[in-house]
Amino acid sequence: MTLMHKLLGATAALALSAGAALAEPALIFDLGGKFDKSFNEAAHNGASRWAEETGGTYREIELQSEAQREQALRRFADAGANPVITMGFAMADPLATVAPDYPDTKFVAIDVTWLDTPNVRQIGFAEHEGSYLVGMMAGMASESDTVGFIGGMDIPLIRHFGCGYAQGVKAVKPDATVIANMTGTTPAAWNDPVKGSELTKAQISQGADVVYAAAGGTGVGVLQTAADEGVLSIGVDSNQNHLHPGKVLTSMLKRVDVAVYDALKAGADLETGVFTLGLAEEGVGYALDDNNAPLVSDEMKAAVDDARQKIIDGELEVVSYYANDSCPALQF
Amino acid sequence: MEVMPKWAEVILVPLISLVLAAILSALVILAIGEDPVEAVNLMVTGALGSTYGWGYTLYYATNFLFTGLAVSVAFHAGLFNIGGEGQAMLGGLGVALACLLIPWPHWTLALLGATVAAALFGAAWAAIPAFLQAKRGSHIVITTIMFNFIGAAVLNYVLVNVMRPPGSMDPATARFPETVHLPTLHEMLAPIGINFSKAAPANVTFVIALLACVLVWFLLWRTWLGYEIRSYGKSEPAAKYGGISPVAITMIAMIISGALAGMMAINNVMGEAERLVLNAVEGAGFIGIAVALMGRSHPFGVFLAAILFGFLYQGGAELALWTSIPRELIVVIQALVILFTGALDNMVRMPLERLFLMLRRGDA
Repeated sequence: MTLMHKLLGATAALALSAGAALAEPALIFDLGGKFDKSFNEAAHNGASRWAEETGGTYREIELQSEAQREQALRRFADAGANPVITMGFAMADPLATVAPDYPDTKFVAIDVTWLDTPNVRQIGFAEHEGSYLVGMMAGMASESDTVGFIGGMDIPLIRHFGCGYAQGVKAVKPDATVIANMTGTTPAAWNDPVKGSELTKAQISQGADVVYAAAGGTGVGVLQTAADEGVLSIGVDSNQNHLHPGKVLTSMLKRVDVAVYDALKAGADLETGVFTLGLAEEGVGYALDDNNAPLVSDEMKAAVDDARQKIIDGELEVVSYYANDSCPALQF
Repeated sequence: MEVMPKWAEVILVPLISLVLAAILSALVILAIGEDPVEAVNLMVTGALGSTYGWGYTLYYATNFLFTGLAVSVAFHAGLFNIGGEGQAMLGGLGVALACLLIPWPHWTLALLGATVAAALFGAAWAAIPAFLQAKRGSHIVITTIMFNFIGAAVLNYVLVNVMRPPGSMDPATARFPETVHLPTLHEMLAPIGINFSKAAPANVTFVIALLACVLVWFLLWRTWLGYEIRSYGKSEPAAKYGGISPVAITMIAMIISGALAGMMAINNVMGEAERLVLNAVEGAGFIGIAVALMGRSHPFGVFLAAILFGFLYQGGAELALWTSIPRELIVVIQALVILFTGALDNMVRMPLERLFLMLRRGDA
């Protein structure tokens, strides 16, 4: 028992020195991990860009379990990290309990817009608007008048993506068929490229010739299979056009990287409140670069840019799935 | 006659396995250019060096105690219950329903009610594969694995479509009312003058888990039923000859097992999150298998193994927080420990047995 006591004493002394004060910002990645080629990776890219440009450093953690959400928030806040940037809606509830305990720390919550805490900068994205635009492109590019949507985990956020997409497709081709599949019902669905590939094949056999993946790491398999089978695909979150040049019609950009970059740049002087980044703020959009330029006709670009302007001006309203938990253009 | 003395069996074999795993882990950490001594230091101080660390270690350990016991009980009946994950998920649903639908006047009553609900839901989820095994011979390993997926889909449906509060994006239930808040170790130990960390999630459920250990021990080694379970697990034909009904024992063992796995939910759902999220179980059901294997399916062994895994989880979290060791490698380190203590057990045991035989011959 005495050995145990000695060990405990020694370790307690070390514990005090472990969490020495640091004024670095901190970034908490969600369970998907920072190299998910999508949502978390976009944050990683934004943070890396900030680090390169300013020479600053930041702390980061890739969460492994639910209990770590609150733990990581508290540990970083205790260590003096400011601001603490969190990824994903699942951080909303832990933030609601932790943020009031650290009034001097600024928190940034990406994909959260409904909290009532003064020291949190909440950033939401109008994913349905961006999805609407890529849906229009899918509808125009499709020759079979059948397009596919492959979601990750079946949660409201992903239905929100699919709903905007279906509305966009129907706007250009009212009779087109939208096949929607979800990869799964567990968090594993965010990282299952094999299943994504199977679903893509299934949708192709049903006639789909454009497939939109809103599925995190699973989308890698969707894009790969679409390229192999000679149909078009649409990437999500980050610009994924480069993964298969000439095979990816476009990507629905969700500029998480910009949101993270801006937060890091503002540092501790960050403005808090609720921000929704839509087409007008260039928080969402569609990707156009050398890789997909041959696929996007002038007519397509004109139509999409016209719709974009109309949405910004308020002439055109894309119905949000959240409005009443249902979608006018698609049944899930 | 036993080849090895009991102390070698219980302490020496796991200890050597652990040391081997630690050496390999150190090599892994060295290979990616980090300092293994510093890493071990961080893990130990982070998990055991403060009441904060202990609070998390014990919280994880509580989860693993329940799932470990669940696997152990089934194991004694010769049944391999891989469905702890699904049973704990359904147990969470039971807890959430009990906490949200019934207006409990006090947490003690709520705890009692939620425990019953969790056990019932978990047991019901285990009863179906048990019935299929007992009556139809469908292999329990396959059916319990499949029930994990069905459980995940059920939970997803319920959370997304039924129990999600309006306006929330998060597929989770509303927060449970204040009255069902379980006292944390901080609140329990404050009156007796111990200032336990406030942030740590360990709660009164840990005590219940310890109680469950004692009860399982009593059940298995001090009751008729436990005797029947163990003899059925050792030899089915002999048990049948002795008048033990295979159908009854399969059902009863699996129901107890499922109830134990389901009861894990009072720790993670009611004690920690205070709401039901989709990913509430996060693999504890599978870790339970490793815990039971390592603990030799004995409640005391399960207790030690659960603490070790709690340490690995919390230590791993600290590593992730303060070093740049990627989380995949932290999983590798945890997996090495499981591999050596669980799967490669005979690698250590056989040479040790030979050693003890030699020593004994020397004595004689």
